[in-house]
Amino acid sequence: MGQDFVVLSLVPILIGVLAAVSCALPGNFLLLRRQAMMGDMMAHSVLPGLIMGFLLTGQVSGWVMFAGAGVAALISALMVEAVVRLARVDPGAAMGMTFTTMFASGVLLLELTGASGVHLDVEHALYGNLESLIWLDAQGWASLIDPVALAGLPPELAQLAVVAILLALLMWVFWRPLVMASFDAGHAAVLGLPVGAISLGVVASTALASVAAFTAVGSILTIAMLICPPATARLLTNRLGVQVVLSVVIAAICAVVGYGVAGFGPQWLGLPGAVSAAGMIAVTSGVLLGLAAAFGPHRKAG
Amino acid sequence: MTVALAFDHLSVLYGAVTAVDQVTAEIPMGAMTAIVGPNGAGKSTLLKAALGVVPKASGEARFFGTSLDEARAKVAYMPQRASVDWDFPIRVIDVVLMGMQRALGLLRPVRAADRAFAMDCLARVELTDFAKRQIGALSGGQQQRVFLARALAQRAQLYLLDEPFAGVDAKTEAAIVRVLQGLRDEGAAVVAVHHDLASVPVWFDRVLLLNRRLIAAGPVAAVFTPDALRETYGGALPPLQAA
Amino acid sequence: MIQAFLLQSGYNATLVTLGAMALGLATGAVGAFLFLRKRSLVPDAMAHATLPGVGLAFLVMVAFGGEGRFLPGLLLGAGVSSLLGLWVLQGLVRGTRLPEDAAIGIVLSTFYGAGIVLLTYIQGLGAGRQAGLEGFLLGSTAGMLREDVYLIAGGGVLVLAALFCLRRVLVMVAFDPGYARVLGVRPAWVDAALMALVLAVVLLGIRVVGAILVVALLITPAVAARMWTDRVGVMVLISAGIGGAAGFGGAAMSAAVPGLPTGAVIVALVFAGFVISAIFAPKRGLLGYLRRAA
Repeated sequence: MGQDFVVLSLVPILIGVLAAVSCALPGNFLLLRRQAMMGDMMAHSVLPGLIMGFLLTGQVSGWVMFAGAGVAALISALMVEAVVRLARVDPGAAMGMTFTTMFASGVLLLELTGASGVHLDVEHALYGNLESLIWLDAQGWASLIDPVALAGLPPELAQLAVVAILLALLMWVFWRPLVMASFDAGHAAVLGLPVGAISLGVVASTALASVAAFTAVGSILTIAMLICPPATARLLTNRLGVQVVLSVVIAAICAVVGYGVAGFGPQWLGLPGAVSAAGMIAVTSGVLLGLAAAFGPHRKAG
Repeated sequence: MTVALAFDHLSVLYGAVTAVDQVTAEIPMGAMTAIVGPNGAGKSTLLKAALGVVPKASGEARFFGTSLDEARAKVAYMPQRASVDWDFPIRVIDVVLMGMQRALGLLRPVRAADRAFAMDCLARVELTDFAKRQIGALSGGQQQRVFLARALAQRAQLYLLDEPFAGVDAKTEAAIVRVLQGLRDEGAAVVAVHHDLASVPVWFDRVLLLNRRLIAAGPVAAVFTPDALRETYGGALPPLQAA
Repeated sequence: MIQAFLLQSGYNATLVTLGAMALGLATGAVGAFLFLRKRSLVPDAMAHATLPGVGLAFLVMVAFGGEGRFLPGLLLGAGVSSLLGLWVLQGLVRGTRLPEDAAIGIVLSTFYGAGIVLLTYIQGLGAGRQAGLEGFLLGSTAGMLREDVYLIAGGGVLVLAALFCLRRVLVMVAFDPGYARVLGVRPAWVDAALMALVLAVVLLGIRVVGAILVVALLITPAVAARMWTDRVGVMVLISAGIGGAAGFGGAAMSAAVPGLPTGAVIVALVFAGFVISAIFAPKRGLLGYLRRAA
């Protein structure tokens, strides 16, 4: 594992791990609060926001698109609330309607404005382009301490690192109120906890993780990482703290193993080419979940 | 006396708990029978097991001498609390028409005669003015009456009602009693799980005293005695008017 | 574009437009019953689960020397993997402590991930091979053969006929399954029939609208229709109508303006239908609310 690895694989693997971990962290609470669909919704809603950000500023990467995606996430959350109240339908139907409409509007925007030529196209929106986030400026392991080479790192790495650390910190600091409000909102409100703000915090964290992960790994893997590692951990333990730690570990394993199998699996099978890393990571997370569902010690309630 | 429903050593288990214990009794046609007992005595469970809504541990229930599947056309059921979505886009008349599903089948169109019969059922529970309303627009007592009308629409010969008087106002209560007595007078068998002991000797002809096992069954005058009640309720009795 | 709407853009375009309309009618109607049964999101998992089956069917057909784009073959593969997804979904819900919403998300993302893996593998096999397959992601009416349109339209009509036959028991089981059981109607069988019809419209729909967006056709028309009426039968008809209109309009617009992705346009149109309903519906819409407040 020499120079080639550092240039071609190290950074994508790191980004994959960070994206997976960033999603798994808030995903634990989505699972607990029965809001798994929220993750689905965020991941699909991000597309039109990114495109609007691009259209308004002409920049392809960076905090502008981040902001656009954030606004889109906010709009979709508001839309769900509005539909639930106006049309008096269950949240599931409201969410399904919202995220497909947002995604469709994103696709329309892409095609109508010709943004599809530039760096953005629907397939990348779906499954990202993790393999392309290579570190051309690197020349081997020594580059890790070379400031010039480090400047050439793909920006997604820094973005995701910041997001992952931020989410971990927030979860650490607000752990007890989070758990109480998620477990029994009524009781928590009586105790004086700002239950509404906590809800908003969970939604915002999910949006943050979705937006950060989306640019690197696309919407499908974002959804997979928001749900599968926490669900797998859920089937392995009854203790929430352990579950969160396990979900992070599982997410990281999925990212590394998935990336490896995607890149080298076909070769091992004697088949040509490589396959989508994001897709394979999602599949890996599904396999691990399946094993936990079949054999996990706490797979059934009680 | 034709037997509408016969319980034969019927038992129901919830896990390790015996909810209904080897109940054997007969429900005849042309009579109103009350099933009474303390909370948790298995009254609702007995009906549900007979209808196959909950599984039996042992024993059986015979409807008009045969199995439930063969006698379904003659059996109507009004559950305790209809746990439906009151926002469901359905009108009162449509709920009543559901009771006629066996007669209508999948494809036969709903004719004027069918609609008239459904309205007639609503008339008997005094709800004709509400026929076209969505069910969420009704009060609790009115909703109860809709589900009674649905049972009436089945044109059955055996009516099984689980707490038909629970939580209804006096006016609704009187209306329901009139309907049930009318059915009995037409020769049907009416069975009601009932909680108010004071009204048993006033409204009902027969009674089944149940506390997981059968304590006594028969005509009210013979069976509804202080001793039998003491045995059923196992201690302090709720206030009773002198029989 | 007017020509497209008036069905005068040529035989093929007309056929495609009518086929999309039949599809829209069927998905709108099925969606109404799903909405009543409160299972609107299950087709999301089923639709995303079709993708690996499509990929595998493609590979199998190519391995046997075929074109790889034979629609019935692809739909067969899609159907098998969708059923597998449904089976996994039910297994997760019944066999583990995971709630249904999580199970749906799990099936959706992992099966789709597998589909993407296969799709990228096929892409790697050689340029042009995968062209037809990408149409399953977001739908496309371009390059649809006449036989494909007949299949979709015919399937749509069959679904509508089945719904008509089953309408009473579907409503009864959605409203009060316990009572249905006592009457002798078996909720488990009726639910299975509904899922079979959902599978049918999902399979028909993924070619025109794509796997990601087909669920919009199953939810939005029903939500919009609910706002107009309190009567079940009328709601189903309105829902079908909105779906059919969106199918018709979307296909026509897509034919008139090349490069316009059909699926996205159709979804935009059903959403427009929702917005119109939210504003103008007399009972539950904004206008009705304002009028009552005044």
